[in-house]
Amino acid sequence: MYETVIGLEVHLHLKTKTKAFCGCSTEFGREPNSQVCPVCLGFPGSLPVLNRTALDYAIKAALALNCSVQNYTKFDRKNYFYPDLPKNYQISQYDLPVSRDGFLDIRSEAGAKRVRIKRVHLEEDAGKLIHQEAVSLVDFNRAGMPLLEIVSEPEMNSPDEAYEYLTGLKSIIEYLDVSDCDMEKGSLRCDANISIRKKGSTILGVKAELKNMNSFKSVREALAFEAKRQAELLESGGEIIQETRLWNAEESKTVSMRTKEEAQDYRYFPEPDLPPFTINKDKIEAIKKSIPELPESKRRRFTEDYGLSEYDAKILVLSRRNAAFAEECINEYPGKEKKPVVNWLIGPFLSEANARNRELADLGIGSKALVELINLMEKGVLSNLSAKAVLAEMLETGKTAQAVIKEKNLAQISDSSSLGGVIEEVIKENAKSVTDYKQGKGNALMFLVGQAMRKSGGRANPKVVQDLLKEKLNEG
Amino acid sequence: MELYKLTARELIEKIDKKESNAGEIISCLGKRIKEVDPKINAYVRLSEPEPSISAPGPQPSTPLRGVPVSIKDNICTQGYKTECSSKILEGFTPPYDATVITKLKNAGAAILPFKTNMDEFAFGSSTENSCFGPTRNPWSLEAVAGGSSGGSAAAVAADEAAWALGSDTGGSIRQPASFCGVVGLKPTYGRVSRYGLIAFASSLDQIGPITKDVADSASLLNVIAGYDHFDSTSIDKEVPDYTKVLGSGIKGIKIALPEEYFVEGLDPEVKSIVEEAVDKLKSLGAEDKTVSLPHTQYSIPVYYIVATAEASSNLARFDGVQYGHRCAKPQNLIQMYNKTRGESFGQEAKRRIMLGTFVLSHGYYDAYYLRALKVRTLIKNDFEKLFSEFDCVVTPTSPTAAFRIGEKIRDPLKMYLSDIYTISANLAGLPAISVPCGFTKNGLPVGLQILAKPFDEEMILKVAHAYEQATPWHKMKPKL
Repeated sequence: MYETVIGLEVHLHLKTKTKAFCGCSTEFGREPNSQVCPVCLGFPGSLPVLNRTALDYAIKAALALNCSVQNYTKFDRKNYFYPDLPKNYQISQYDLPVSRDGFLDIRSEAGAKRVRIKRVHLEEDAGKLIHQEAVSLVDFNRAGMPLLEIVSEPEMNSPDEAYEYLTGLKSIIEYLDVSDCDMEKGSLRCDANISIRKKGSTILGVKAELKNMNSFKSVREALAFEAKRQAELLESGGEIIQETRLWNAEESKTVSMRTKEEAQDYRYFPEPDLPPFTINKDKIEAIKKSIPELPESKRRRFTEDYGLSEYDAKILVLSRRNAAFAEECINEYPGKEKKPVVNWLIGPFLSEANARNRELADLGIGSKALVELINLMEKGVLSNLSAKAVLAEMLETGKTAQAVIKEKNLAQISDSSSLGGVIEEVIKENAKSVTDYKQGKGNALMFLVGQAMRKSGGRANPKVVQDLLKEKLNEG
Repeated sequence: MELYKLTARELIEKIDKKESNAGEIISCLGKRIKEVDPKINAYVRLSEPEPSISAPGPQPSTPLRGVPVSIKDNICTQGYKTECSSKILEGFTPPYDATVITKLKNAGAAILPFKTNMDEFAFGSSTENSCFGPTRNPWSLEAVAGGSSGGSAAAVAADEAAWALGSDTGGSIRQPASFCGVVGLKPTYGRVSRYGLIAFASSLDQIGPITKDVADSASLLNVIAGYDHFDSTSIDKEVPDYTKVLGSGIKGIKIALPEEYFVEGLDPEVKSIVEEAVDKLKSLGAEDKTVSLPHTQYSIPVYYIVATAEASSNLARFDGVQYGHRCAKPQNLIQMYNKTRGESFGQEAKRRIMLGTFVLSHGYYDAYYLRALKVRTLIKNDFEKLFSEFDCVVTPTSPTAAFRIGEKIRDPLKMYLSDIYTISANLAGLPAISVPCGFTKNGLPVGLQILAKPFDEEMILKVAHAYEQATPWHKMKPKL
């Protein structure tokens, strides 16, 4: 059997107002070549000047990823020719990156794991080629945007772990608010190195570098495909060659782009236009202080302080704003046992948010209104089912739960005299279930409760219905 | 006296005395250029209809009063072609001004619309590597003007320019100044902004003045020096008034004479002229001592590794995509790169790009580039040690006077050796000046080089000025 070994290289657009080495705007989606100047166009004689905010963001991200920020760092030139690269070299960092030696803790079905991060460095992005029938056009709006490159050690052993790493990484970066992490807009890109080896072996196999994945899901799919492809190749007596492969999403497969022999010699050397510099400790300390509570410690606190399950906590802390909203709701909720409010948050509320592609906090219902709805349900004024209908109406109209209940007449019926008729009907119409119940089949009772709920339009109090049914059935 | 013969400071004086004005000076220079430049070829694209000069008329309140400055073809001037005397930058008109140009304009200078000739991308020591043909030495039209700022130096020497800007990566200001009998100053690395200077070797390049006398160099440096936010390698250090130290005397100044600069390879005639110059300095009160700069012999190899490595990367952008020359009808991307670059870079440019690419290549980097950087540090340390004891270092600017056109063009190594005395200042980042110190029997000028510690331009200006004032050389004019 084989073991899969995966290392990920993630590129993030930093959310600075201006580019990495000039004053051009970084806004996305503007008219091609409208956000350019002699510097980012690489015009003769122009020189780069480092955007200090980009450096601060890089340090912030590095610290949040448990990296040690280097006291002495410099930029290097990575030389290669391509029309989207105005200077035909990219300003990047080679042997003295801004930080190194960090880690990210992940949890997958295989359990908890610490994935080490080799380095985090700052570089500039290239422009974009737009291929038309007879010509290729270049848009340099993206050229010179600040990129953060985060390189993991090859320590993930399944596509799932890679997926968890990416999710965890994105979550942390979003907490820091230093990148949009939007794969569709290209503000997060991921290349994956994958190799396989015999279980128990400590030598790395020959790796393939996978490119062109445009979502975390496609990263997972591409890795799964590639692991299988490599295993099958070895099994059939073939040999894996070091190459770069492109993920083809339509056909769900990877295809070879270039082999190692065709790999470029980037001729890295120190960028003479940007002298090496030191990052002083005070600056690092100040940035450290600005880092908010991160998902992992928030998750721990949620489980410890609010008694949340690992699973619930993990879902709630994924996004910083979701977590803040959840905590507001939890604090608002009077009960000591927080499960009901958490169930609502990760249940109906989160699914409404996902359906609208929004964060919990942006649904237009405040924590107070949501907790009020949950309280009404707990007090028996609303059934679970009606509560969902009320929520939908609240989202639609922005009205309070009380107002919706009144308007739509959705209050729960707990009065046994009002429910007597329904109970009678259900017993009459479901003779078989009644017999089953009498023969001791417990499930039959739940079925009958369900029928009664349906007849009441979901408004009946299930607890009262159950009691009434039992009473009636035990009578006869 | 004809206006064109005057130094820039003399012209300013004329304007102040209302004896002339900027407009008159510019048209007088224009006439002089038309008259003599066909012999010299100091300017490029002279025959083309000239765009209007950017001097906003006479400017009595500004420091430079509208006196024009001639600009080397590798310093970006908004609206005026800047082509580095290379076919690959054919027609390139920068959309912006170099910082030095902005500073000059702010100081009231007029910028001449035609640029001065140079070796392509500043690759050379003779201005023969120009797509516009070689510049000739005003003292002997068969001789080279030196390079790479040969156009600027020859223009100043032939009174075709009041003063000029050049750039110096390994001697490109000082060596042509020496060959043409004018003053050339390379400032400390970081003293003058490189923003807008089309890079040859970024860690070595500096812009500096080429002038008729030392006082003009001080005045021009006053205007162009200073920190620039747009150049991260420029240094935020106060700029003194460089004219203030002139005339303060050099009594007791300690001069180091590095023995490695007076050995085989130095033309005996040049040697004795320089030795006389040293005697003159002594007679003015300076104290001299022969010293050693032990790593001198490595300066040429180190320079040609560092400079070509940086150049190979700096010149990568000339690919036909955005500006300059693009080959006709390429079939694909690689062909566009190959043909564009193949048909428009000159021999020397190609040689240096290949050299630089080689020394940075995988497997060779440590043996060449990295090692060169280490030796560069040793060279720097040599000087640092010297300057703890001495005020300045005095050497010949070049081992020979101007050589004949065509004499060295086929022998790159010989050509490279003409920068042997100037290269160290670039590797160590030091300020250095070349001041005329005599003539050979054939009537060719010889230059004296003075170096000082970083940011001590005042020292080299003071010593050069004292020497100049005590000798007649700067008053000599070539017959044209």
